[in-house]
Amino acid sequence: MKRMNHKIKGGILISLTAGSVILIIAIIVLILTVIVIQGKDRLTWEFLTSFPENGMTEGGIFPAIYGTALMVLIMTIAAVPFGTLTAIYMSEYASESSVISKSIRFAVRTLATVPSIIFGLFGLGFFIKFVGTGMDNFFLGGELKWAQPNILWASLTMALLTLPVVIVSVEEAIHTVPRELREASLALGATRWQTILKVVLPGSKSGILTGTILAISRGAGEVAPILFTGAAYYLATLPTSLSDQFMSLGYHVYIMATQSANVDETMPIQYATTLVLLLLTFALNLVAVVIRYRFRKNKK
Amino acid sequence: MKEVKISTRNLTLHYGTKMALNSVSLEIPAKQVTALIGPSGCGKSTYLRTLNRMNDLIPGVKTSGEILIDGFNIYDKDVDVVNLRKKVGMVFQKSNPFAKSIFENIAYGPRINGINNKNVLEEIVERSLRSAAIWDEVKDRLQDSALGLSGGQQQRVCIARTLAVDPEILLMDEPASALDPISTAKIEELIFELKNNYTIVIVTHNMQQAARVSDRTAFFYLGELVEEGKTRKMFTTPDKKQTEDYITGRFG
Repeated sequence: MKRMNHKIKGGILISLTAGSVILIIAIIVLILTVIVIQGKDRLTWEFLTSFPENGMTEGGIFPAIYGTALMVLIMTIAAVPFGTLTAIYMSEYASESSVISKSIRFAVRTLATVPSIIFGLFGLGFFIKFVGTGMDNFFLGGELKWAQPNILWASLTMALLTLPVVIVSVEEAIHTVPRELREASLALGATRWQTILKVVLPGSKSGILTGTILAISRGAGEVAPILFTGAAYYLATLPTSLSDQFMSLGYHVYIMATQSANVDETMPIQYATTLVLLLLTFALNLVAVVIRYRFRKNKK
Repeated sequence: MKEVKISTRNLTLHYGTKMALNSVSLEIPAKQVTALIGPSGCGKSTYLRTLNRMNDLIPGVKTSGEILIDGFNIYDKDVDVVNLRKKVGMVFQKSNPFAKSIFENIAYGPRINGINNKNVLEEIVERSLRSAAIWDEVKDRLQDSALGLSGGQQQRVCIARTLAVDPEILLMDEPASALDPISTAKIEELIFELKNNYTIVIVTHNMQQAARVSDRTAFFYLGELVEEGKTRKMFTTPDKKQTEDYITGRFG
């Protein structure tokens, strides 16, 4: 009798867990199918390479792709070196149990859980209102140039958002470099910094790369942080300076869904844009997974 | 005893609150092989690592007493640890070549010392590999990864890498414990060669090895130096009962 009871309980548990998995897969498949079916017809070479036209009811999304790429590039230039240096400090210099190390770790973890809209507000308050105004007053005698949204502030705000991703990936990679190799280097009379530069960092290359790619794929899709800091509704020209605003894929989807004059006509474009954004982030994540996989295999 | 190279006086070392070395005093002669023996955890490896201050890397280590190398205390405040480690090379228990070519492994030390001239580097690499008795085995594949070599070859490459910075003292922490008998024999022959030019201190768990390669032997037990002296005497007529018990395998 008791045994029977166990069997029934086990059976229920299996159906529940399996059911959950099937439900999740079904949702993902549904989302993808809808987007692919609705968006695929619009997804042409011309769509990818031309400007929006007629109040975004026609034309393409080239400026949004270009703007996203540029923003992500600037973000990477800011976030990867900064994150890598932080990770190096945490794993090589600060001792695991020190107050500094613990507080950095706490800060990084907290940073990772802050809602992205807060980053947007922070960017507005810090970069635009504080740094930008300061730069204008100091360099330009109060003329308005930097104290307004632009691609630099948006990218830096996004860099803050993606920083934890970089720090965690690089730190993990640094930890996989065996202690014996550090000791070998130090025992040969290398300084700590030489050891980091010549042994630890080369050994963490793929971790740094993975972190970079994950940060890019996160940054490419986020909208909230750039909402107030640099993304534009529509621009007739591409950004050419750091103080220009820019168009972004995620923001483009958002405005087409909420601000469109003619929803019926922008709908297909919106699906196609979403498809582009999805393909982009999927592709980046896939590359990161492959690098990580090959890296782990090599370690063994 | 020949000229003294390393003179240790009342060396005490704590890991946090745990005492690992208790007032060790030991003189190590130049250009001879001194073997450190004793059961696991007796402090012999810890002592070895005080000689190039590798213990500095472990948080919570406190050292008192003196270690004089050529008459200078290496625990003085103004000692440059980096220079000390160039003078006192170390070979580890597990061979630990870098994930670089054989050539770059050997050139690593010279390069961090600012030697970048290709001809000079080639010369150093060849000389070091010859000294480590591995030149003939690897001379045709210097650009291959060092990780592709066998364990014994890797260990000799690591010895060559240490020799490339021109040390005066070689510390060896059970250098052959992970190797097969043939590779072990090669390392032992090599040690025999190397003592003509270097002062060698070797930690070993293998009694026969200590007897074969060393001129002097020091026996550690529970963080204390129990007895030290000429290897022949230590292995035949030790003064202390503890030493005899350990050497004859009654404990350890």
